[in-house]
Amino acid sequence: MNNHYPKKTVQVPTFNTYRETDAGKPLVLDVRNLGIDFGGLTAVDSFNVSLGPTEICGLIGPNGAGKTTVFNLLTGVYQPTRGSVLVNGIDTKGMSASKVTKLGIARTFQNIRLFTDMTVLDNVKVGMHNQIKCAFLSSTLHLPSYYAAERKANQRAMELLDFMGLAELADQKAGSLPYGVQRRLEIVRALATNPSIILLDEPAAGMNPSETTELMHQIRRIRDTFHIAIFLIEHDMNLVMNVCETIAVLNYGRLIAKGTPEEIRQNPQVIEAYLGKEDA
Amino acid sequence: MKKTLLNKNSRTNLITYLVVIVAFAVMQTLSSQGKLGSAVTGYLVPVCCYIVLAVSLNLLVGICGELSLGHAGFMGVGAFSGVILATMLKDSIPSPVLRLVLAMVFGGVLAGVLGFLIGIPVLRLQGDYLAIVTLAFGEIMKNLIGNMYVGMDDSGFRLVLATAKPKLIGKGHKWILSGAMGITGIKRISTFAVGFGLVLFTLFVVLNLINSKEGRAIKAVRDNRIAAQSVGINVTAFRMKAFVVSAFLAGMAGALYGLNFSSLDASKFNFNTSINILVFVVLGGMGNILGSVISATVLYILPEAMRGLRDYRMIIYAIVLILVMLFTWSPKVKEYTSVLADRCKRMFSHKKEAAVK
Repeated sequence: MNNHYPKKTVQVPTFNTYRETDAGKPLVLDVRNLGIDFGGLTAVDSFNVSLGPTEICGLIGPNGAGKTTVFNLLTGVYQPTRGSVLVNGIDTKGMSASKVTKLGIARTFQNIRLFTDMTVLDNVKVGMHNQIKCAFLSSTLHLPSYYAAERKANQRAMELLDFMGLAELADQKAGSLPYGVQRRLEIVRALATNPSIILLDEPAAGMNPSETTELMHQIRRIRDTFHIAIFLIEHDMNLVMNVCETIAVLNYGRLIAKGTPEEIRQNPQVIEAYLGKEDA
Repeated sequence: MKKTLLNKNSRTNLITYLVVIVAFAVMQTLSSQGKLGSAVTGYLVPVCCYIVLAVSLNLLVGICGELSLGHAGFMGVGAFSGVILATMLKDSIPSPVLRLVLAMVFGGVLAGVLGFLIGIPVLRLQGDYLAIVTLAFGEIMKNLIGNMYVGMDDSGFRLVLATAKPKLIGKGHKWILSGAMGITGIKRISTFAVGFGLVLFTLFVVLNLINSKEGRAIKAVRDNRIAAQSVGINVTAFRMKAFVVSAFLAGMAGALYGLNFSSLDASKFNFNTSINILVFVVLGGMGNILGSVISATVLYILPEAMRGLRDYRMIIYAIVLILVMLFTWSPKVKEYTSVLADRCKRMFSHKKEAAVK
C-alpha cells in the first residue's frame, strides 16, 4: 500500500544541484508538498525537497522559520497535515518515529539528547539496537548467541567511535563529556542505526571555529565513507556554504529558494529574508 | 578494550552474586546447627520474598524509570493463585518442592499476564498518571480477592465473586479461598533453599537483562524518550517488557510468600506493602540491584527485630530511614566517604609498593 508512488530517480542536471555520481539512482528522501498546522497556525506549508543517495543538503532560514519542525515531520515525531514524506521510496504516513528510523533515516537534535547516565559505548550500542540480532530469551538467559551478538556490536561500536575520534572516551558517562564531544557522539549514535540519510540539527551550535572546521571535514568524511545523504540545519553560513552541495531556504514555513550555494548567495528573496528589504 | 568492558559490569554483578551466596551459606549453616532462634528462622523466607520484590520493582522504577505503586497487587495475585494451585495439587503431586515451584511459576505467569493486560492501557500514561493507575490496580486486586470465593467439588473448579459466602453446591465441595476470610490451613511448603533459588533466579534474569540489548533500550527510554525513538526503539514495547518481567517476578515472590504462612488474607497486600517495597528500592538506590538486596534485608528485619519496643519501633524505623537517606544523598557525607576511600587505597598501594621493594 505504501509503494504506489512512482519511484523517482535522480535527474542530472535538473536544477543543476544533484551530484553526477547519483545520476539514475533512486532518491533517498523525497518530500512532496509537506505541510503541518498547529491549530490555526500553519507552521510548514508546501515544502518540497529531494535528496540523492550521497548528497549533502543544507536547510537554512531565519529563527522560527520552521526548520526543526521540518525535521520532526521527516522523522515521524509529528504527523503531517498535508503532503507526504518518502524515505527510500516508502511513504512514512502514519508511522511512529521508531518505525520511520527503521526505514533508514537517522537524526541528531538541536538540544542534545544523549542517554546521559549511560557510557559512551552504550549510547552507540543503543543506536545499533535494530542491528543487534538477539532474541529476548537469549538476552535474559545470556545464551551463546547473546555473547556473539554483543561481541559484534562492541566491535562495530568501537569502529564508529574511532571514526569520530571518540574511542578513548568509550567508558565515560555521556553526560560528563564536553559539549562539542556530545554533539559528535550524537552523530555517531545516529550513524550506528545504519541509515541511508542522516539529519543533523545545528551540528555546529556551541562549537568554536576550530571545532567547526573539524566538523566540516567530518561531515564530508561521513558522506564519503558511509555513502549516505546528509541533510543539515545550520546557522553557521561558513559551514553551510562550504559543505553543502544544495541549499534549501525556509521562511515562515515556506520554501523560498533552492539551489547551489552560489545561487542562494545571490538570491534576492534570501537576502531579504535575512537582512530585510532595502529602503529605496 | 574488551577487558575494560567486561570488568565494570561483570565485577558489580559478581559481587552481587557473591554477597547473596555467602549470606545464604552462613544462614544455612547456622540454621542447620540450630544456632538460629525460631524468630530469625521465621524471617528467612519473607526476606527472600522481599528481596525479589525489591529487585523486580527496581527493574521498573530504577532501570525503566516508571513509578509503580501497585507492586503488592502483583504479589497478592501471585500469592493467592500460587496457594490455590498448591492446595489443589496436594494429592496429585506429593513432592512439596515440585509443588512449590509449580505454584511459583503459576503465580508468576498469572501476575505477568495481568501485568500485560494492565500494561496495555497503563503504559500509554506517563509519570504521575502511571503511579495513580498502578495504585488503583493494587487496591482493586486487594478488594477483588477479598470478595472472591474459590472452591472445588466433584465436577471441578469453582470461582464466585460475592460479598457473602455462597451456599455450597455439589458433592464434596470445599472452599479454598473464602473471600475476606482468606485462605486458612495452608500447608507450609516454602523453604529457605527454594527462596534462595528464587533470589538467584531473579538476580540472574534482572542483571542479564540490564546488560543486554533489551536492558540498554529500557534505560534509553528512561533517559530520553524522544532520542530512544529516534534510534528506532519502540518505547511502549520496552516499557511493557520491563513491566511484565517485573510483575512476573513479583508474582513468583508472592507465591513463595503465601506458602510460607498457614493463613493468608487479601488485606496483607495493601498500599502499605507497595510503599514498603518502594522504600526498599529508593533507599537501596535507584537502579542499584545489590543496594535493593541489602536494603530489603535490613529494612525487613529491623522492624521485626524491634517488636519488643512496641509503639516506639515505628519511630525508630522512621529515624533510620531519614538517617540512611541523609547518608546516601548528602554531598558532605559523599565527600567524606570518597576521602576515606582514597586514604584506604593509598594505604593499600603503599603496602603493595613496600612488598615489591
